[in-house]
Amino acid sequence: MKSLNSQSSSRSDQWIDEHGDYLFRFALIRVQNESTAEDLVQETLLAALSALHQRSGQSSERTWLTGILKHKIVDHFRRSWREQPLNEDIPTDLPEDPSMDDFFAPDGHWDHKPASWGSPYRSLEQSQFFDVLQNCMQCLSPKLAHLFVLKELHDMSNEEICKELGVSATNVWVMLYRARIGLRQCLESKWFENDRKVR
Amino acid sequence: MLTCKEASRLLSQSMDQPLPHLKRLELRVHVWLCSACSNFEKQLLFLRRAAHQLDEGDSQTNQARLSSEARERIRKAVRQ
Repeated sequence: MKSLNSQSSSRSDQWIDEHGDYLFRFALIRVQNESTAEDLVQETLLAALSALHQRSGQSSERTWLTGILKHKIVDHFRRSWREQPLNEDIPTDLPEDPSMDDFFAPDGHWDHKPASWGSPYRSLEQSQFFDVLQNCMQCLSPKLAHLFVLKELHDMSNEEICKELGVSATNVWVMLYRARIGLRQCLESKWFENDRKVR
Repeated sequence: MLTCKEASRLLSQSMDQPLPHLKRLELRVHVWLCSACSNFEKQLLFLRRAAHQLDEGDSQTNQARLSSEARERIRKAVRQ
């Protein structure tokens, strides 16, 4: 028994050394909070140790650990989703999440028309762009940010998101729409407009 | 005729699921005529690509490392 224990602890030590930073960053990008990301890494390694005997060995160790971490992140979102005040059809009333009326005039036209971003894909070569994007994700209300992560980083379908978080399909539509429109607006003012001014 | 508010919502929905035929047609006509919604559509596609690259980019978050305290704490917790 003792040898088994020391075997698994050296295994987890090795995971921390080889994959700890990677898993931490993976979590941090998604949950935007250092101590939560640390906790998730810990939960992942504990889960990995107890599932070690089930591992098929077809994927690399890192891929396997990342898969477990992904599940832990979804669990975390589900928990915090339940803890936050529920407001079924009006997803949030935080100031960071302005209602659609802030984006559209009463007649349904854009209040601030989305401008052309020129050649936006060039921004993807600049590391500062990703800092701004992360910053904009942090400005969303947590629920909107979680949905955006599940959709665009975890590639989950709307049905999967509904099931995992226990949210109605309509709410997922509406909130993803709000997240995207908020991020668009934020990127335009914090990155693309500055970008234009510089040129 | 769709308003921009309706069109932008449909554009967001179409990122996740195909729209019914007629809706799609209505939307294409609107986007063809409306530069703001056409920009919005391009931006939604860009946003998806950018999000996909968050893990690869060289952002500050992507340079973050576990602090030695956190590393030690996790090491102990996992050993129990």
